[in-house]
Amino acid sequence: MGAYLARRLWQIIPTLAGVILLVFILFNWVGGDPALVLAGKVPDPAQIENIRRQLGVDQPWWIQLWIFVQQVFTFDFGRSWSTNQLVSEVLLTRIGPTLTVMVPILLLETLLAVTLALLVAYLRGSLTDRAVMFLTTVAMSISFLVYIIVFQWLLGFKLAWFPVQGWSDDLWTNLTRYAPLPVLLGVLVSVAPSLRLYRSFFLDEIGQDYVRTARAKGLTENRVMLRHVLRNAMIPILTYVGIGLPGLFVGSFLLEIFFSIPGLGREVIESVNRSDFPVIKAITVYLAMLTMLVNLLVDVLYRVADPRVSFK
Amino acid sequence: MSSTGIQVTSPGLWALAWRRLRRDRVAVACLCIVAVYVALMLGSMLGLVAADWEDEAGVSYARPAFAARLQHRPSTEGAAPAEQRAPAVDLSDIDPLAPRYDEWRQRAGELGVTLQARSETLILGGDQWGRDVLKKTIKGSEVSIMVGLAAALIATLIGTLLGALAGYWGGRLNDLMEWVYNVFTSIPYILLILAFAAVLGRGVTTIIVILGLTGWTGIYRLVRAEYLKHREREYVLAAKAIGVSHAKRMFAHILPNTSHVVLVQFSLLVVAFIKTEVILSYLGLGVPVEVVSWGTILAESQDELVMGKWWQLTVAGAAMAMLVTAVSLLTDAMRDALDPKLR
Repeated sequence: MGAYLARRLWQIIPTLAGVILLVFILFNWVGGDPALVLAGKVPDPAQIENIRRQLGVDQPWWIQLWIFVQQVFTFDFGRSWSTNQLVSEVLLTRIGPTLTVMVPILLLETLLAVTLALLVAYLRGSLTDRAVMFLTTVAMSISFLVYIIVFQWLLGFKLAWFPVQGWSDDLWTNLTRYAPLPVLLGVLVSVAPSLRLYRSFFLDEIGQDYVRTARAKGLTENRVMLRHVLRNAMIPILTYVGIGLPGLFVGSFLLEIFFSIPGLGREVIESVNRSDFPVIKAITVYLAMLTMLVNLLVDVLYRVADPRVSFK
Repeated sequence: MSSTGIQVTSPGLWALAWRRLRRDRVAVACLCIVAVYVALMLGSMLGLVAADWEDEAGVSYARPAFAARLQHRPSTEGAAPAEQRAPAVDLSDIDPLAPRYDEWRQRAGELGVTLQARSETLILGGDQWGRDVLKKTIKGSEVSIMVGLAAALIATLIGTLLGALAGYWGGRLNDLMEWVYNVFTSIPYILLILAFAAVLGRGVTTIIVILGLTGWTGIYRLVRAEYLKHREREYVLAAKAIGVSHAKRMFAHILPNTSHVVLVQFSLLVVAFIKTEVILSYLGLGVPVEVVSWGTILAESQDELVMGKWWQLTVAGAAMAMLVTAVSLLTDAMRDALDPKLR
């Protein structure tokens, strides 16, 4: 296990270097001269020269790359170009709201999708099964945008069951007052694809010999489904949930924008609109790092959960 | 025997797949729907359909014809300007422009302005400027479908080429490609798109390039696996034995055998990109506001819904949903038809 971990961590290094290089190429080479963005509408040559010197853009590219690498590892991306906040501070304050919305979505969605998929798999081939499959296809074809627009209008504005948008500083208020509608929407949209996938996992298991054996020795259908099928299907399901875990931190851009949740997703969109490169660079690099670590963690947990998988 | 002279007389993969696909009624229906969409799109591009979409044929927010009777408009309040205004104070002796008013009035009179008759209702309603929503949606399909197709084509080309190179050559080249793949997939997908959008700017071409450059990873993975499998097969070894060049083995021999994977992935990408375009355009990062696409239509419709004008949202949303459903179902059927073992 220790050797496995060490090797996996070692493999992360070239990928991380690649991410840093990609972000560097994008923002320092393709992105154009940041001094022109910063100097405003009426640039003055001396001012541009000054900004270029401050940012180090007048240096040769390898020194710029070195500055960027230092920024990544010291967690110091300087200040945002538009709000002058410390980039590290921006990141740390935005992550909370994003998780407040995304963690409930993930939990509810997984629970609901697994339950429904098990039911549908149990009724496989029946009219209910076919109707649910058709409904999920249709549901998946409607744009997330349409769902948010309609439900925010219907449940928030027209029926006033939920606040249309807003956010507070208190976690409990957020969870009980502002998060429910975005969470509901997030669950509604993500449940259809997961349901279809989990159903196929369950169907794979139902076709196995051990299920026939369990039935042959007279177990009740409930016991077969819940004890045998569910347990075995949990392995691919957990893998799938694991793949989606890094997405938690990115959050849902659309939900955050529509419901004015001050999370990472909204921050990224705003930074893109303002050409605030330091913030986007920092978020991209750190989320890539986080993704790699979470993937590693999921692999380890997966191997711990399923004794048949060995560390190779 | 030259490698090019082989003629297949028994029904090939595609003929068999087509036969299987035709038997599937849902697939045929979906194919028809997709064909209608593509025909409308091409017609609109050539100016045959919806060429007059910019005509302000109805009043602002004209109601859809079928819903006109449901609810009477509370008299045309916005259309009629308030006439009982106090008489304007005569400013002509201090107004520096006063001497020229007559001249301007005369010149304005020379420009024949024909007032168009605006109807109260349109087939599926009108937008803010009274343009026909149906025609606007058809016009919008041009950009949306175009972006989906073009971006999917770019992504498929990149993915197939890189996958073929990595899978066929293996070794160092494979390591390099795997590294690039790992780099691209370790950044969450939407974040990758946004990072590209931040530096490349906006516009229809830009969004195609962005989606194409970021969306190739899935197809790369699958094509690479196919090449790894096929390069050791007998037919490839036989081709090698008779001295067929590498390029020919890669693209004339193996590629046709992986084409079913590529085709299915391509249509999945089209759907994904049409959806992404809508979202990016809403966020103001995709197609510019003045270009009509399903994304920009939906972006307009958020405010309209609050005013109770639901038709533009419904029409554009339904048009998109129908195309996406048709393509998704068709993809499933294609997968089954091309790979009968999979069932």
